[in-house]
Amino acid sequence: MTQLKINGVNQSIDVEPDTPLLWVLRDHLDLTGTKFGCGEGLCGACTVHLDGEAVRSCQTLIGDIAGSDVTTIDAISTKASQAIQAAWQELQVPQCGYCQSGQIMSATALLTETPKPSPQDIDDAMGGNVCRCATYARIRKAVHRAAELMEA
Amino acid sequence: MLNFIDNIDPQTLARELGLEQPLAQTRRGFLKLSGGAGLGLVVGFGVTAAPAGSAETTVPVNRFVEIDSEGLVFVISKHLDKGQGSATGLATLVADELDASIEQVHVRFAPADAARYKNLAFGMQGTGGSTAMANSFIQYRQAGAAARLALVKAAAAKWQVPESEIQVSAGQVSHSSGKSSDFGALASMAATQTLPEKVELKTPDQWVYIGKSFPRVDAKNKSSGAPRTYGMDFKIDNMVHAMVARPPRWGAVYKSMDMTAAKSVKGFIDARPGPTGVVVFADNTWAAKKARDAITIEWDFAASENRSSDQLFSQYRTLAEQSGPIAHRHGDAETALGKAAKTVEATYEFPFLAHAPMEPLDITIHAEADRVQIWTGSQLQTIDQMVVAGIFDLKPHQVHIETLWAGGSFGRRAIYNAEYSAEAAHVSRVWGKSQPIKIVWTREDDIKGGYYRPMYIHKVKAGVDADGRLSGWHHRIVGQSIFTGTSFESFVVKDGIDHSSYEGTGDTTYDIADMTIELHSPKVGVPTLWWRSVGHSHTAYVMETMVDQLAQKAGRDAVEFRLELLKNDPRKAAVLKLAAEKSGWGGVLPKGHGRGVAVHKSFNSYVAEVAEVQMQADGTVKVVQVTAAVDCGVPINPDNIRAQVEGGIGYGLGAILRNEITLTDGQVDQGNFDTYEPLRIGDMPEIEVHIVPSNEAPTGIGEPGTPPIGPAVANAIRAATGKNPNRLPFTKQGFA
Ligand code: FES
Ligand code: FES
Repeated sequence: MTQLKINGVNQSIDVEPDTPLLWVLRDHLDLTGTKFGCGEGLCGACTVHLDGEAVRSCQTLIGDIAGSDVTTIDAISTKASQAIQAAWQELQVPQCGYCQSGQIMSATALLTETPKPSPQDIDDAMGGNVCRCATYARIRKAVHRAAELMEA
Repeated sequence: MLNFIDNIDPQTLARELGLEQPLAQTRRGFLKLSGGAGLGLVVGFGVTAAPAGSAETTVPVNRFVEIDSEGLVFVISKHLDKGQGSATGLATLVADELDASIEQVHVRFAPADAARYKNLAFGMQGTGGSTAMANSFIQYRQAGAAARLALVKAAAAKWQVPESEIQVSAGQVSHSSGKSSDFGALASMAATQTLPEKVELKTPDQWVYIGKSFPRVDAKNKSSGAPRTYGMDFKIDNMVHAMVARPPRWGAVYKSMDMTAAKSVKGFIDARPGPTGVVVFADNTWAAKKARDAITIEWDFAASENRSSDQLFSQYRTLAEQSGPIAHRHGDAETALGKAAKTVEATYEFPFLAHAPMEPLDITIHAEADRVQIWTGSQLQTIDQMVVAGIFDLKPHQVHIETLWAGGSFGRRAIYNAEYSAEAAHVSRVWGKSQPIKIVWTREDDIKGGYYRPMYIHKVKAGVDADGRLSGWHHRIVGQSIFTGTSFESFVVKDGIDHSSYEGTGDTTYDIADMTIELHSPKVGVPTLWWRSVGHSHTAYVMETMVDQLAQKAGRDAVEFRLELLKNDPRKAAVLKLAAEKSGWGGVLPKGHGRGVAVHKSFNSYVAEVAEVQMQADGTVKVVQVTAAVDCGVPINPDNIRAQVEGGIGYGLGAILRNEITLTDGQVDQGNFDTYEPLRIGDMPEIEVHIVPSNEAPTGIGEPGTPPIGPAVANAIRAATGKNPNRLPFTKQGFA
């Protein structure tokens, strides 16, 4: 039994300790906003915030994170995430959309740390998030746009 | 993909697909299903549930438009939206004629029912070949116009005023007397109105949304991780999870297994051999994966494809030296080449490519005695129905498909043999109980799963005469036929020649007087499939790098040389000129930079791209800027056209830079995004897309942005270095 907080709610999770957080979220808690893309930490589709930091939930074992505070795309609502989500819609970023939960979680973490990111900051922070539809050009623009929205 | 269906004989299609009655050909040359009983696919089309969380019901005003009591409009999409934006495109067409407001329009996917929801270009329900807008442009506007007229008639009856005095604008129906209503209050009455057979459509000057970038109907859900969006998110009570351990080589046969270690995995239920591999059943996805990893399986490789891709390539190279069956010939290439003052000869090698859509394949199936329900991002619903019905010995109409949004496809979900749906049917039979089963593919299953873009070799010789004009083109292609051995073979393969292997060469609109295309189609046991832009994914590369080298040989500018060859194709010439002009073609570049151009027509659309590259100190290339120009007829949604061209460029660029599937003794060497490394944000160039205004009928846009990027970048590399990247991916020659 692992105790932790997910999206502000205390949860007791009764699964094998080597179960990745990704599958706890998706299969056990029905929080399907976090996506499975590679299962190996290579694509970022499964990105969540663990104690405020962007992590790959497919590489985060539930047994290792007892007592932590997890936020997922399903519930995130900070100044940065709101700006990011608004910019994503304004610039019509998503195509198939399957990568975008992870993109948004990574971009939110970036803007929370670095409210005015440089193009290089964006490439660095978002380099682990694959988009097979190649929406990257819009992702860059939308992160800059979100930074503006946050200032306003 | 599937653009071949225009040429199919309907009787043959009916027979091959096992339809109960033949299809009839209509005047317009489209395939049409005969009568309501034709397919036996009549599905009740009653009141449908509104989006999750609401108990509202909707009224079908016609088969493509439903309106609920709140006034929300639901456009019923016959096409799968896998990112290409077709749902928004169809919504735009309906909303425009209906005079709905942007906010009130939503989209739902149609049930599998070819009689009502066929692709008019295919004669069956399905999405592909960049046909969604082309085949729906009139149909969905008519649906919107009919719904509008029904609302007008309902309002006129309710208010006892003449129809001609009723106005509809931004979702409101009103009369000069001051009476007004939203759509919701009129919906039930509207549904019962008798309408004339033909309703009038707006003229282009009356359009309110077409041509104006209607916002994506899915942008909000896809920016917030909305539940129950993709097949991967689907869940239903009492569901069993399954993964399949498929054989490591194609054609291998199951011998035995040891599941001792799997038994200690919590949540593991059972493992049983099935027709496509060993099926592992479990309580949840992770348990299925862990148990699958713990099972050892013995396979019989006696009849499997055990060759390496290196062996295949050396066999292909030998074939490339031998003359082969003629796929296309006009004029006399031999004589023209004999007269040429200068010639260019080149051999190109293209690897197998995986589609690797972001969402790995998944499907949920529930088989009952006389009804099968499937939930997945189905791309060829009619084929899925036919094949699954056959496995259960049911009629196709007994197979129900709820189509969900798909996290990409690029061709992978449009499978001529219903591959993964058929597998789900088998898994369900292996399970034996009437219980929903969800089958999830891992990324490794996807990358190793086959259905690749085939490997090809092209060997070309072409010349220019003393005046610098093109003189003779001889082109030999070696590569697996996608269609041979499939149920579509008879439609596409004529006398052993698969049109999809050489499309984009012999049918070029360049004014080449003497041209011969030969095609060898060796048989290989690796399943292949259309991959975003199908044959154009390799033919455009060869055509456009060859033309570029010929221009260079002739001492001519690459754009000017092409324009001279495009006298008979003004639309292609126009996109080329526009891309050249916007890119500053001919202007001075910083040292170490190069610029290259390519223009190609595919899916009836024209795209030109100018790429600027910066060579790095280590010899690799960075693509810094791409300027594209596109003509796809009436630009229904300019922003989506730009998005598709941007994405098409990125998709093609990733493949050209570093993607290849290789085999060692028949086993795929790649498995995940470390060995099949996708394009990442740092690789993405700045992209500008310019759209040629047009009143022509709309044509494809999901695929046509992809073919020109490879040759544009290759031409830029040659401009910068003098070297030809003829072996793909670029990693092979150190350019990536
Ligand atoms: S699914 Fe976790 S990084 Fe890809
Ligand atoms: S939007 Fe399709 S993978 Fe990113």
